[in-house]
Amino acid sequence: MPTTAKQPPAQVRGLNNNMGKEVKSKWNGFSLKPRKEMPEGLWVRCPGCEHMLYKSAVEKNLNVCPECNHHFRIEAATRIKYLADEDSFQEILGDLTTDDPLGFKFRDTTYKQRIKDDVKKSGVKEAMLIGKAFIKGRGIILAVMEPNFLMGSMGFVVGEKLCAAIDMAMAEKLPLVAVCCSGGARMHEGVVSLGQMAKTSAALAKFDEAGGLYICVLTDPTTGGVTASFATLGDCLIAEPGALIGFAGPRTIAETIKIELPEGFQTSEFMLEHGFLDMIVNRRDLRSEIARLIDYCQK
Amino acid sequence: MAERDTIIDKMPNNKNSLSNGGHLEFEGKVADLDSQMNELRRLSSIKGIDYSAEIRRLQRQQVTELKRIYSNLTAWQTVQVARHPNRPLLSDYLDLMVKDFRELHGDRCFGDDRAIITGLGHIGRERVLIVGQDKGKSTKQKIACNFGCPNPEGYRKALAKMKFAEKFGIPIVTLIDTPGAYPGIGAEERGQAQAIAVNLNQMPRLRVPIICIVIGEGGSGGALGIGVGDRLAILEFAYYSVISPEGCAAILWRDGSQAPKAAEALKLTSKDLYKLGLVDAVISEPLGGAHRNLHDTVYNVEKYIVKTLRDLKRTKLDNLLDNRYKKLRLIGVSPAEKLRRKTLAGKERVKEALEAIPTKRKRVPAKV
Repeated sequence: MPTTAKQPPAQVRGLNNNMGKEVKSKWNGFSLKPRKEMPEGLWVRCPGCEHMLYKSAVEKNLNVCPECNHHFRIEAATRIKYLADEDSFQEILGDLTTDDPLGFKFRDTTYKQRIKDDVKKSGVKEAMLIGKAFIKGRGIILAVMEPNFLMGSMGFVVGEKLCAAIDMAMAEKLPLVAVCCSGGARMHEGVVSLGQMAKTSAALAKFDEAGGLYICVLTDPTTGGVTASFATLGDCLIAEPGALIGFAGPRTIAETIKIELPEGFQTSEFMLEHGFLDMIVNRRDLRSEIARLIDYCQK
Repeated sequence: MAERDTIIDKMPNNKNSLSNGGHLEFEGKVADLDSQMNELRRLSSIKGIDYSAEIRRLQRQQVTELKRIYSNLTAWQTVQVARHPNRPLLSDYLDLMVKDFRELHGDRCFGDDRAIITGLGHIGRERVLIVGQDKGKSTKQKIACNFGCPNPEGYRKALAKMKFAEKFGIPIVTLIDTPGAYPGIGAEERGQAQAIAVNLNQMPRLRVPIICIVIGEGGSGGALGIGVGDRLAILEFAYYSVISPEGCAAILWRDGSQAPKAAEALKLTSKDLYKLGLVDAVISEPLGGAHRNLHDTVYNVEKYIVKTLRDLKRTKLDNLLDNRYKKLRLIGVSPAEKLRRKTLAGKERVKEALEAIPTKRKRVPAKV
């Protein structure tokens, strides 16, 4: 099945609401009732192929759907577990937090409150973790983004951490691997977060001049300011299958041009076809692929 | 006679899309005074009575009123002024400020984006490369330059011309005025994000002085794509933001009509940006905004460019690039931290930096 087809679950929900005749006939005899009675968190529905999957089976398969190869979003800690050698990740600047430069308030809440909530929800202090790690015995500086922390958006801390990672990779002459997963620049920090795009890109320019290897892994979703800065500046760009990669979000584009977007628009496959990626690699092959690239690029 | 007068009166209204002669909604009193003055002028021309003293009195009143309004505009009002249909656009700056302008077309890859104009010219006595975003005046022009929303080829064109300028040591001046990079299917297919990213990557390395000025709307990545340089200035009533207030309101307030609140929260006015240390200078606008006096606005911008270019040219190129890089790296660093880094004596700083490194190195991986 195509990994690109992301059926909105709304269809399924629509079914639930009106059990009309013609809708029922589409459903090929599969009752919806058990869905309500199912114990929470034991099963997941794959957004790619709509199959019900046993959660632990999916987790064993590196959070990839065994039926249709849909890659689920995973949090930073899991990503590091899959990518780095066992227990090799040593985090740096783990307690760097933002001091809310704008004093941002929206609706009845504040940016600071939102951060507190997301720290609790995601278990990390910011949307990026950086550190030193090993991939199949090769030392790297690893930067991983956390999708559950304010959509993995880039604020001051993310920019500062990535710059620190670049500096460290430069000082220690190690390759830099960044796993991007972000909704873009963080609007709660206004132009400060916009500036992080310029900042990280400038730091990467230095890294490039110093001859460092920068491998960028784009995962679902990589959009906005992150795509328009460090995510597309890698020496080597790798993407996971079916990931959403683009500048403007699909909804924004659809609203602006008022026509339906083509199938598979802004997916990894679309980007590869248009020449913006080096390769699409399945999650299970990511480790060996990165290790191989590092070997090739050794001087 | 009277009929012709009304036609003439209507003409400026036709020129812009605002229904009440270019007045914004918060300028009600100014508009009233304007109509009163027009009425007096009409009467004096018809009846031959001299109302000049009266008109002068009204003018003085209008000036105080404008001063009052414009000295404390809200963020949303600033956004409205920045989007005013009569606000000077790139073409005005090219006409009034740049002598002997020679436009350079094409990105040598795909096409020639009309939303970003590049070309050589003289400002003062300096030869410069102008890179600017144009919104267009007439409807036809607006459509041609996509309402100021550049496509990837625009950014690639800008970079190509900037590299050309670098080769011959020509300083670069960029004039930013865009609602944002264009979100379209073609733009995505041709790599909007990648085009902007490459500009951000290359502009800090260009070995010529770069001055960036936000003259109207500074919309997000679209503005930043030509907005990395040694100096970033902003006109008094222009705005520069990470997202349009409408977009921010739609996401965070889940209601696009809350844009005024979003504008306030985003701190996108020149005053706020200067306070936060995100822009280097604020260029003042004439009374009542740039749209009331194009010449003064353009003159102020020209003065700033000439003065800044003189300063930047005194700096050695290596130092210039060093400073530019340092400036970029300090974006978002809190003022207290900045001050600490500045006031630390050179030796201490080196010492501190050296101390900082081993602590990082001590964390040896558990398993090799």
